[in-house]
Amino acid sequence: MTDVAIRAEGLSKKYHIGRKQDKYKTLRDTIADAFVSPFKKAGKLLRGDASAASKLDETIWALKDISFEIKHGEVVGIIGPNGAGKSTLLKILSRITEPTKGYAEIHGRVGSLLEVGTGFHPELTGRENIYLNGAILGMTRAEIDKKFDEIVAFAEVEKFIDTPVKHYSSGMYLRLAFAVAAHLEPEILIVDEVLAVGDARFQKKCLNKMEDVGKEGRTVIFVSHSMPAIVRLCKKAFMLEDGQVINSGNPIDVVAKYLGSGNGTSAVKEWKDPSRAPGGDVAVLRAVRALTDEGVPTDVFDISQPVRIEMEYDVIKHGHILLPHFAFFNEDGIAIFVTLENDPSWKGSARPIGRYTSSVVIPGNFLSEGKLFVEANIITTDPVACQFTVRDAVIFQVIDGRNTDSARGDWIGHLPGIVRPLLEWKTQIIRN
Amino acid sequence: MKTETPVIRIEPTKGWVSLKLREIWEYRELLYFLIWRDIKVRYKQTVLGIGWAIIQPFFTMVVFSIFFGKLAKMPSDGIPYPIFSYAALVPWTLFSNGLSKGANSLVSSSNLIKKIYFPRLIIPVSSVLSGLVDFVLAFTVLIGMMLYFGLAPTANIIWLPFLIGLSIIASLSVSLWLSAMNVQFRDVQYIMPFLTQLWLFATPIAYPSSLLSEPWKTIYGINPMVGVVEGFRWALLGTATAPGAMIIVSTLVTLVLLISGSLYFRRMEKTFADVV
Repeated sequence: MTDVAIRAEGLSKKYHIGRKQDKYKTLRDTIADAFVSPFKKAGKLLRGDASAASKLDETIWALKDISFEIKHGEVVGIIGPNGAGKSTLLKILSRITEPTKGYAEIHGRVGSLLEVGTGFHPELTGRENIYLNGAILGMTRAEIDKKFDEIVAFAEVEKFIDTPVKHYSSGMYLRLAFAVAAHLEPEILIVDEVLAVGDARFQKKCLNKMEDVGKEGRTVIFVSHSMPAIVRLCKKAFMLEDGQVINSGNPIDVVAKYLGSGNGTSAVKEWKDPSRAPGGDVAVLRAVRALTDEGVPTDVFDISQPVRIEMEYDVIKHGHILLPHFAFFNEDGIAIFVTLENDPSWKGSARPIGRYTSSVVIPGNFLSEGKLFVEANIITTDPVACQFTVRDAVIFQVIDGRNTDSARGDWIGHLPGIVRPLLEWKTQIIRN
Repeated sequence: MKTETPVIRIEPTKGWVSLKLREIWEYRELLYFLIWRDIKVRYKQTVLGIGWAIIQPFFTMVVFSIFFGKLAKMPSDGIPYPIFSYAALVPWTLFSNGLSKGANSLVSSSNLIKKIYFPRLIIPVSSVLSGLVDFVLAFTVLIGMMLYFGLAPTANIIWLPFLIGLSIIASLSVSLWLSAMNVQFRDVQYIMPFLTQLWLFATPIAYPSSLLSEPWKTIYGINPMVGVVEGFRWALLGTATAPGAMIIVSTLVTLVLLISGSLYFRRMEKTFADVV
C-alpha cells in the first residue's frame, strides 16, 4: 500500500491566448479566417516581419514541468503571485482540465473546493440547495442526510432553511455554501482560496474547521494568499511562480522567501568604498545589519524573537556629540516608531575619531507581522545637522510561526495593528 | 484497515476516448439531482405552472387542426385530424424540448464545468430526461382525447415504451453533437429555433407519411422522429399503415447518431473547461 497520495511528474499546461484565437469562434469566423490568414501572413512577411509564421497562434505555458510528491495525511500549502499557475494546477489535479504534458497519479477519493456555492440555484430553498450542492461536490444522498443538521448549524441559517436562496443575504449565502463544502469528507481535499468568506467570526470558524480536517489525517492541498493561514495550517509548502515550483519545504521558510522576493534587498547593507558611503563631515555610514540575538544576519524573524539592528559607522572628526537613531516603517509607509541611541557611556559626550557600531535590540512579541523597513540616521547636535539619512537601509520580515507563544494566540485570521505587543491580561469571575 | 483505494491517472488523452459508462453509473445520484433540479425550477413563479407542459402541444394541435385539417383538408389516415396531429405532437414535444435544452446545456452549465469534476455526459442526459414529466402530462391529455373521440388503443401499445425510448435517445444523440459543438461554435444556439421548426415540418405530424409512395417512405425513416411519430399513431390509434421498414431505418439512424455523438462528445470533453 503506497504512502503517496499524489504524485506529479512533469505536469505542463499550455493555453492559447491572443487575438488570433478567440475563446469561442463562430463558424463564420473560422471559415473567414481560413481564407484570409494566408494573405495576412504574406502581407506581414512582405513588410519584413519574419516572425509572422509563428506569431499567429500565441500560446503560454501556464505550468512548466511540475513534479512533486505529497504523502497521505500531509497538509500542503501552495503560494505564489497571481498568474503563477496555482489555480491551473488545482484544476488539473481535480480533473477539470487536462494537462498538455506529463501526468499525475492520485491515490484516493478527491474532493475539490474551487469555489463556494457552485451549482446553487436561486429558486431552490436552502434545504434543496444543500442536497444539490452536496451531490455536485460528490456526497451521496445518505451522507447528506446524516450531516444535514450539522451543516445547517454550522451555517447558522436554521430559521431560513426553507426559504429560496435568492432571498438570502450574501453573507448567509456564502455561509451556507461553505458549510456544505466544509462537510465534504474525501481522502484528498483540494481547496482554492475559499476561506475568505463571511465576517471575521465566521472566517475563524472556517479556519478552525480546516485545521480539524488536517488533524483528521486527510491529505489537504491548500492555496491561499493569507500567509498566516498557510503557516498555521500547513506542514509543507510550495511556492509557484510563472508555472514552476520555485521553492518547497517548511512553510515558514517558503513564506519568508516569497515575501522577500519582491524586493531583493537583504538583511545587510554595506558600503565598502568610503567615498561613496552616505555621510556628512562628522560621520559616515559603513554598514547596517539586521541580526538575531546571537549576531547572525537574517531577514526573517519569528514574531517572538528579538531583533538586533546595528549600524557601523566611521567618525571622521572628533569633538562632536552624535545622535544615532533608527526609524521603523511598515509596508504602508507608516512610521511605527523611532529609537534614539541612549547608551550612557556615549550619550551626551563627544566621540573620538574611529570606527563604531551602535546597535539596538527590539524585544520579541512587540513588532507586528509583515515587512519592516529600517531607516538609519545620525545627526549632530551642535549645530544640528544631519550626517546621513538612509531609507530602507535594511528590510526584514516578521512572521508568526505556530509553535511559539505570541500575542496572536489561537487566532488565525488577520490581525490589524502596527505593533503587536504581548501584554498580560487578568480575568476573574466577579459575579456568579 | 486500508481497502484498495482507487488510483486515478491524470494525463493528456489522445484521439478517441472511451465512453466510461461505469463512471456515469457511479455518478447516477448527481444525474438524479440535476434532473430533479430542472423539474423543480422549471415552472417556479409561473401562474400556469405545470400547465405549460400541456399548452405547447395542445395549442399547436389547435392551430394545425384549423389550418391543415379544416382549411387545407389534409388527409389523416382515417382518424379525426385533431387527435391525429396531437398523438404525433406528444412524442415530438419530448424530442424537440429535449433537443433545445440539450444543445445549450453545456454552455448554460459552464459554472459547473469550470469548477467541478464529473462525467460531462450527465449534463445533456439530464436536460433530455427532465422533459419526461412534461411528457407524462401531455400523454395524460392524449388519453383524455382518445376517450373523447371514442378511440380504443390497439394491442400494439406494447411498442409504446420502445418508441418513447427511441424518441429520448434520438433527442439525446443529436444533443450530444450539438452541445459539444456549441461550446466551440456558438452559432449552434442561434440555429436551434430554426432547426427545430424545420424538423417539425420534416416530420409527419401535420400530415401523414402515407402521402409518400414506397421507396421514399422507407427512406423518409432517416429522420428518426418519422418512425417514432408514425409508430405512436399506429400503436395508440390503429392507423392502417404499419410502420415496418420505416421504423427499422429510424432505429438504425438513431443508433448511429448515438454512438457517433457519444464518441465525438467524449473526444471534445477535454476542451470544455478551457473553452466554455
